[in-house]
Amino acid sequence: MHGYANPTRFLKIARPATAWLFGIGLLLLVAGAWGGLTMTPPDYLQGDTVRILYIHVPAAWLGMAGWASIAAASISQLVWRHPLAAVAGRAIAPAGATFAALCLATGSIWGRPTWGTWWEWDGRLTSMLILFFLYLGYIALASAERERGGDGRMAALFGVVGAINLPIIHYSVLWWRTLHQGQSISIAQGSSIAPELLWPLPLTMLGFTALFAAVALMRMRAELARQKVEARLRRSMAE
Amino acid sequence: MKVKPKHQRLVLVVLAAAAMIGAVLLAMWGLQDRAAYFVTPSDIAAGKAAPDKAMRLGGMVEKGSLKRDPDGVTVRFTVSDGKSETPVVFRGITPDLFKEGSGVVAEGRLDPNGLFVADNILAKHDERYMPPQMANEVAAR
Amino acid sequence: MNQWAFVVAAYGVTIVATVGLLAWAFLSMRTAEAEADALKRRQ
Repeated sequence: MHGYANPTRFLKIARPATAWLFGIGLLLLVAGAWGGLTMTPPDYLQGDTVRILYIHVPAAWLGMAGWASIAAASISQLVWRHPLAAVAGRAIAPAGATFAALCLATGSIWGRPTWGTWWEWDGRLTSMLILFFLYLGYIALASAERERGGDGRMAALFGVVGAINLPIIHYSVLWWRTLHQGQSISIAQGSSIAPELLWPLPLTMLGFTALFAAVALMRMRAELARQKVEARLRRSMAE
Repeated sequence: MKVKPKHQRLVLVVLAAAAMIGAVLLAMWGLQDRAAYFVTPSDIAAGKAAPDKAMRLGGMVEKGSLKRDPDGVTVRFTVSDGKSETPVVFRGITPDLFKEGSGVVAEGRLDPNGLFVADNILAKHDERYMPPQMANEVAAR
Repeated sequence: MNQWAFVVAAYGVTIVATVGLLAWAFLSMRTAEAEADALKRRQ
């Protein structure tokens, strides 16, 4: 990982990677959405509203994976002082927050015709809403520290501590009685989604993930360019 | 000592973050109680549910128990969790997914006679998804 | 209740959010990198 500590080396990879991730992501996403909207059958119980699955599930997963990535970057920053870790955390946060919000919005839209409600304070929904607020807190804290010229240590701490919410979200449907149903896909037990309905999901999942990575890389590039400008201005003022 | 405005801002943000973490912990603690987002018919049978208190009752709509009154608005059914049953009465529109053999969460209160008077009905579904033909095949077996 | 209305609403919100996020990231990157290059050329 420290091989990419040098911003120039990182940028050498990041530039082509951004374009590839963007293109592949868009392709997979459009293919998956098209399949999910036009080629799959309706659900025996939910009818056509099941098609929201293909966007809601990736959004939920990325909202959570985003914070897990922030936690990993934060540990890398606090323990190993990786120079790009703070930049990575700040770059991931807006994307993670967007997908957490999207999870809540699409979930609400899905809940109305199926459960009969836009929102309930059950364990799953509440903990996902908390994750969204945690993102907002992290973004505010990280940018305030950055403006002050700090190294972002408090944001990193926040990123690590906030990760406790992730197992809570995941296991909420198992630990507690919730309105939200249990897991449909598990590595150990396979899937309770019929294959005719399942196949677009990996496509949208991978598509959104690639786009998420593209956004994070673009934000890192923006941040590194900004740091370059600030460094040069400081140098020219010192001369 | 004069406090710099940037310093002030950071302190405020840190306080906000601390408040947020505090809120999370509070919510988690509060959810312990709400962890019983709903009670089950077995809870009611065991006497764990106080009558005349606002609560939610969750379970399956017992097959053959769904009846609509002549007024067209009132609906009566039985909620079961496989071990116990609770009768429910509801006046209003039920969600599309509300049907016999499916999950339900009723919001309301238990009357002294053990009848659950609901003022809101939510449909609860499990994590299975399949096409209609597959469901018919499963049902036919 | 028209199920497709909800499907369209969900996909619509998703498109707006995704395109918005991508556009914001791309534009902020392009502006920052252009500024860095301009400064480099000037020196």
